[in-house]
Order: sequence, then structure tokens, then C-alpha cells
Amino acid sequence: MSFCLEKLYVRMSDSIPFQEEVLDSKISKKSKIIKEHIVEIVSDSGEGAQKCGQSFAAISAKMGNGVWTVEIIPAEIQPPARGRAGASGIRIRVGSKKVTNVGNRADLIVALNEQVPYGRIDQNAYRVGTTLLLEKKWATDDSEDIRTKYSEALDDFNKRGYNVIEVPMEDECLKLVSNARKGKNMWVLGMLCNIYTRSLEKAEFQIRSIFRKKSEKIITSNIELLHAGFEWAQNNLDMQYQIPAMQEEDEYLVMNGNEAIALGVLASGMEVCSMYPITPATSASHLLAEILSKAGGLVHQAEDEIAAIGFAVGASYAGKTAVTITSGPGMALKTEFLGFATMAEIPLVVIDVQRGGPSTGLPTKVEQGDLLAALYGQPGAVPKIVMAASTIEECFHFVILARKLAEQFRTPVYLLTDANLATGQQPFKRPNIQKDWFAPPIDQSPWKKDVKPFDWDQETGLSKRPIPGQAGGQYTVTGLAHDKLSMVSYKPDENQEASEMRSKKFNSFQKTLNPPEISGEEKGDLLIVGWGSTLGAIDEAVETAQNEGIKVSSIHLRFLSPLQPGLKEIFKNFKNIMTVEINYSDSKDSPQFSESSRMYSQLAWVLRARTLVDIDCYSNVEGQPLSPAKIVKAIKAKLQIPQ
Amino acid sequence: MYGLKSNLECDTLSKHFTIEDYGKGVARWCPGCGDHAVLTNAQRLLKEKQLDPAKIVFVSGIGCSSRFPFYMDTYGFHGLHGRAFPVACGVKFRRPDLDVFVITGDGDCCSIGAGAWVHAIRYNMNMTVLLLNNEIYGLTKKQTSPTSRLGTVSNTTPEGSILPPINPIETTLGVSNASFVAQTADWNPEHMYQTIKAGFEHKGFSFIHVIQRCPVFQMNLGKEMATNKDAMYLLNHKDGIQVGADVSKTFNSKIEHDPSDLNKARELAMDKSKVFMGLFYQNKKAPRYDVHGASNLEYTVEQKEDVLSKEFDKYAI
Repeated sequence: MSFCLEKLYVRMSDSIPFQEEVLDSKISKKSKIIKEHIVEIVSDSGEGAQKCGQSFAAISAKMGNGVWTVEIIPAEIQPPARGRAGASGIRIRVGSKKVTNVGNRADLIVALNEQVPYGRIDQNAYRVGTTLLLEKKWATDDSEDIRTKYSEALDDFNKRGYNVIEVPMEDECLKLVSNARKGKNMWVLGMLCNIYTRSLEKAEFQIRSIFRKKSEKIITSNIELLHAGFEWAQNNLDMQYQIPAMQEEDEYLVMNGNEAIALGVLASGMEVCSMYPITPATSASHLLAEILSKAGGLVHQAEDEIAAIGFAVGASYAGKTAVTITSGPGMALKTEFLGFATMAEIPLVVIDVQRGGPSTGLPTKVEQGDLLAALYGQPGAVPKIVMAASTIEECFHFVILARKLAEQFRTPVYLLTDANLATGQQPFKRPNIQKDWFAPPIDQSPWKKDVKPFDWDQETGLSKRPIPGQAGGQYTVTGLAHDKLSMVSYKPDENQEASEMRSKKFNSFQKTLNPPEISGEEKGDLLIVGWGSTLGAIDEAVETAQNEGIKVSSIHLRFLSPLQPGLKEIFKNFKNIMTVEINYSDSKDSPQFSESSRMYSQLAWVLRARTLVDIDCYSNVEGQPLSPAKIVKAIKAKLQIPQ
Repeated sequence: MYGLKSNLECDTLSKHFTIEDYGKGVARWCPGCGDHAVLTNAQRLLKEKQLDPAKIVFVSGIGCSSRFPFYMDTYGFHGLHGRAFPVACGVKFRRPDLDVFVITGDGDCCSIGAGAWVHAIRYNMNMTVLLLNNEIYGLTKKQTSPTSRLGTVSNTTPEGSILPPINPIETTLGVSNASFVAQTADWNPEHMYQTIKAGFEHKGFSFIHVIQRCPVFQMNLGKEMATNKDAMYLLNHKDGIQVGADVSKTFNSKIEHDPSDLNKARELAMDKSKVFMGLFYQNKKAPRYDVHGASNLEYTVEQKEDVLSKEFDKYAI
């Protein structure tokens, strides 16, 4: 058996002309052709900024552009209005090429009040020259306090060098609806469609799709607002852009990571998803609840995280390999069952959509902080398979792979994704559906006489498990130390052997894996090692640095346990190795930290222990996806290149 | 079982199971432990019903009684402390062909597993649940359990426990969607057998509370009940458990109780002066989650491919 990790990203180097002015006859307005733009919509919670942005991204993807989105979500459902910290929104990076990360600073912002941009200004999200389309209604608000704040902010924005355009969004919407709060987002969508010459036909289709559960009246009203926003921009704004489509022959799908997980579960043939609501994982189960019942499966919402995995383990034990989808705090609660499933060798797929931790942490923000917990989080020796998806496409395919590995190796398989992948949208090649993705019917043939329930192959550690219903296969699984018959055994040699067999399976599995592919030269001054959702940002940063003549390459790991082989050999050819991750590490420059007390980022810990190479790390826990610019800076800092 | 049908055709099964087909090994409980009686009765029921041992799953948690599955030659799941219910529900969810039994103790069910217990009652999946309640932690050596009587002296309450106990019957009857709640005791094996049988025949979550002694740590538990026939009442009703004359005559006191009367059942459960044996409550119409779980089995790969393809279409560019 061999699992070839296909390199999923192809760099597109064909240059596209940009900054060139063309006259579009249909829109009869001078529009600029651009290579890419980063757009942000920021608002109070509940104003529909995400719906607007996701629609804009979907329309753009459907027009053949590369897109990547990241949602800006406050933890509360309705934080106080006009608050800086409660800003809710979305960033969409749209390009002529494939887009693999959220990029650096925004080119255009739509802000529904003058306070919400500050949450993003604090995160250095904007630059001099960023266009800010600002809701104008606050200028004439009844409250003097608000009017003052508005004019102060306006001055400040101008000082910061933003290109501020005041837009009467509220007034324009009120011409069509009585409550502008409902529908302003679609008016903004219309405005953006005009600015970026998006197809209104596709926009209408999108509105029909997102409001499919609503009445025709609501759909019509939103479509009217869309057209009104488009018209207003046509008559009042001079800027207009075109982002040429990618030249692609293949058919593409566009979705976010949680949707990809849900479709992956469907494609894996797993019949049971047992879950408990937790941000940012839950939306995967929402979609599954809608689609799995149409394909011979069900979602079970358990009473708590422990019961969720217990239910999944029960279903798996009975032959229906199940999935449980959760995030950090849920993983913590599932610990005991995770150890049990390894001890009793029960197949199981565990998906952890990571968020900021420890404890409740940053529920809606991205972090890659659960790696060590996944690898070592249970008491005792708990060898296992841990995979990490680095793209939305991988979110889909890895679930299918996880189910197969779980059954073949009679083990829980952990799949790590994160909040960035969960809500980010990205197009990927429409997969060709294959029959062998789907779980085969469970084996109910009589159990072969004299084969024990843990008849470990001494070389590989593998064994075949009896499934309830198989005549003659009766056995009782247990979390206690047990012999090959699954009977409780406290004998020293039997526990030693059983532990060895449970570990050996994954040594056997590692032999089937390929070493990671090196992106760039095989030799150099610096090798960046990453995992998970940072792939696109690392690739872009490394390419930027390479273009500046820096001898840097990168590898990206998909398997964290067992590790992909050949790392030590790859490391030998680089003067420096540094992981780039979104989790906490101490700065090595601080006088308080010594090498023996410094907290490393999580992959760095693992690689240092595994390879005995002095591996450094760059990481932070700002709750944001890493931007290529930050990584370039870290590369230069590591190599002491003046910047 | 073999049998002659009314049309004189012989009804045969491919295999006839004997009691030995259901048992395995020698139970390692203490001599005099009530668990032995439950084990014997469970094996007797399986033989009586001629259930295929390969189609039975005994699920337990942790504790003395939870070793039960190891002594059955059926499929078994000796799981985690307090988590027998979620596992059993998971086993049953997509496998309506399996008969599921849950063996749990007072610590396992009423303490560490109390949350799962409440929800399992509500799910009302078709399974037979035996709560073996000896009112003490045995495996960990004599600690007070939530069902221990007020004043119980143990290693954790050396001066006597200070809180009133949980009454498992009262608690179960308090959860919405309870569908079968009965009580029996280890010293009346025939009554226990009839109760377990009625529980097995009920389609839903059959909760059977077995009062039993721990010969090591709770010697005197139920002594009064077991010796004073007047303290125990047999619940009689045409819709109740039909225990037969032999069992009936072991009770001096009997009362009529309609098992469809939930309020009356709760009243009886809360009556601290008496102990009632038999069926407190039954609702054959309570919604069953296992019926939902088995609602869409048997999809072909082609059907699944078709659904997936249509989902892809929705996301197509």
C-alpha cells in the first residue's frame, strides 16, 4: 500500500498584464485590469458582512478567478454596536491566478460604520492608499457623540492616507426597504459587483442559492437591492476594475474547508457523524445534517463531547466506522475515549478544527495549537495516525483517506484542520468520484475458527477485527490490558507485547509514506518547515524571498504521526531549519529564555526530538492567518539580512 | 427453538443454542455477590429466546458489575467508567439487527455517568438496561455511592454519609420519554428473570433497577426487605409483568398499579416506607431514536455517488 502525496499546488508564473486601461463597452466606463485585489467588508455583528463577502467570493470564483476568504468573527453573537473589538467581517483575496492565502494588506474596504475599521487597523490590515468605502449615515446621526466620532475618524482616516469615499448606503437602501439593516449587505454586494465588473447574472444566482430557504418576496427584495447597489456605483464611482479569469480547462468547485470536510465524510461512505456543537467546527456538521441523510447516513448531536465520541466508538465497534468533529476544548474532553480506541484498536476518524487555546481561548480565531495534544494528549503510550490538511482540497480528500487508514490499521485517525481553512473559500479541481472511496458493506461472514480477536502479525503489528454479527467471532473489547483473546491480562510479557504491537503498526505505516517534496532548491541557507493551513502563505513568502536571491526552500508536512520519512536527510543540506507555525513560542532573543527553558512552537518540538537537529521556529498566536509579508520578514531575520 | 406448528410443520432453526453457548469462563465476583444471579438470569433469557450469540452485544462501563460481558460468550464492550450508555447507543444506531444489553452499577450509572444516563433514557433506544445497585463502590474498596443510604459509613464518609441518596427509579421516571421502568432484587431470582424478560420484550429503553447486596461491603443491605415479606410489595396489573403464581406467593403484600399511570408511578417511587417490585411505568408509544437511526440503511454505492455528484454541482464554478 502506498499513499502518494501528490503535490497539490502548481505555481502559475504566466504573467498577466495589469494596470492597463481598457474600455469595456458593456459597462461603458474606463476599467483597470488588475492582477489581484484584497477586499474587506467590516461591520457590526449581524449586518451580513460575511454573507456578502462569501457571495462576492463565490461569484468571483465562478467567473474563473482564484479566491481565498477569511472571516473576521467576534466570539459573541451580538457584541455592542459600533465597537472596535466587536468588528465582524470578511476578507476576500481575488486574483487572476490561484490564490493560496489571505495576502498582506487590503486594497479596498467597505465599512458599515467608522469604528469597526479600527479593529483591523490594530492588526495592521490596511495601507496608505487603501480605498475605504464608508457608510455615510453616521455623519448626520441624531446623537452628537456619534457625529463627532464620525468626523474625528474621517480626519484620522485621511491622515492615515486612506482614500475615503463616503457612501449613502442607508439612504439608498431605504428607497427600497423599510429596514436597511436587512439587505444592506446585498446592496453592498451590488456595489462591489460594479466596482469589480462581476456578472449580475451570477450574483442573482448566488442570492437565490443563499436565500433558498426564504420566501420569493425576500429573494426579489434582495435582488432589487443588488441592482440598486450596482446602479449607484455605476453612476457615482469612477473606479472600476477587471480581474481576468484563470485559463483553466478543468472543472472547479468552490467551497470552504468545513464544507469540504462534510463532503469528504459523505464521500468516505461513513454513515455516522457524532458531534457536539463547538466553534469553529460545527458548520461541517450543519452541512452533513442536510446531506448525509440523503445518502444513507445520519448526524447524531450528542449530549456532550464525551458522549459524542463514545457514540462514535460504539458505532465503529459495531462495524460502521464513524467520525466525530470537534475543536480544542472538545478534544480535551475526548481524551479518555481516544486512549480507549487505541487500546481496544477501534477504527475512528477524529477531526479537530483547531482554534486558539488553551482552554476556551480564541473560539473564532485560527491557531495550530493542538498538534502536541493530538500526538501526546492521552496518558500512557498512545501511538496513532495524525494528518493535517493544508488546503481545502485536502480537507475533502483526507477525510476519505482517514476512514481507510482507520480501518486498515484498526486505529483512530486524527485529522487536523483549523479556523482558517474552516471558513476560507478556495476553488479546487472537481474530484472524479471513485467507487472505492465509499466504505464497503460490513463483513458478516463467519469468523475464521481459531483466529484470535487480536491476532497480531508479528512483523507489522496488524490484526483483523471481528465485527458483531460475525458468527464465532465473539469477544469483549476492553480498555484494560489484554491478551490476544481480548481477555484481561496483567501478565508482564503480555502487556509488553501488546504495547509493542500497537506501536509497530505505525512503524509499518511510515514505510508506505513518501518523503515531503522540497519546494525550491535541495540545498540552501534556510529550510522552512510548515504544516496545515499556512501552506499558501509560506509558498508565496518563500517565492518572494527566492526572487530576492535568498537561498531558502520549504517543505510542508501532511503526516505528523508517523512523520513522513527522510526528514533528517533533507535537513542535512540546509544551514538553518525553521518551522513556521501559528502557535505559541518564546522569542529566542529575550534574555529571560535559555535554550533549555525556551518554549518552542509545536512542530519544532517534535522535529527537534525526532531528528536531534537544532531547529528554530517562527510563530505567533495573534489569532490571524500568517501573511506572506510576515514570513518574509521572519526569513530575513533568521538569516540576519537587513530589512 | 424446535417446535411443531399448528399446520403440523416442524419449525426448525439452523442451530439450537444451549445455555453453555452463552457463558464463558468463571465469574470472578465474590461468593454471594448479587451479580452471579443476574448473570445466570441473563443467560437463561438468551437461551429461552434462542438469540444468536453473534448478534448480541453486552455493553458495560467500569466497576464490579461491569466485568459482566467477559462472562458471556457474546460480543461485549467493557468500556469507560460512566460511558456505557453512549457506546451502547452508538452500537445500536445503525445496527438494528443487534440485541443490545447494558450492564451498569450505581457508581457507573448514577454518579460518573449520570449525564449520559439521563440522555439515554430520553433517546429511548431499544435496549435492555440492568442497573446493578449495591449502594457502594466495591472495586475501589468501599466508598460511598450516590445511592448509599444516609449515614452510610465508608472510607470516604467515615462518620457516615451526610446526603440523602439518589433513587434511580425516581430519577428515571423524572426524565421525559422514559418508556419502561421496573424494579427487582437479587434474592428473588425468579422475579428477576420475569422482570428482565419483560424488559427485553419491551421495544425501547428498558430500565431495570436490581437491588442487590455486596457480601463484602454492604452485608446488611436489604436484609430487612429480604427477610420481612411485609416490607415488599408486588406491583400487580393486567398490563404489568405477569410473574406467575410461584413468584406471586413469595410476596405477602401486593398492590394494584396501572403501569401507564406516570404520576402514580412517581408517587410509589417516592414512598420511602415501602419497596415496590415489578413494573412502575411503561409507555409503548414513546418515540425511539433507534428507529430514526435505522431509517435510511441499505443505500447502494451508486446512490451515494449520485448524491455526492449533485452536491458537487452546487459548488461547481
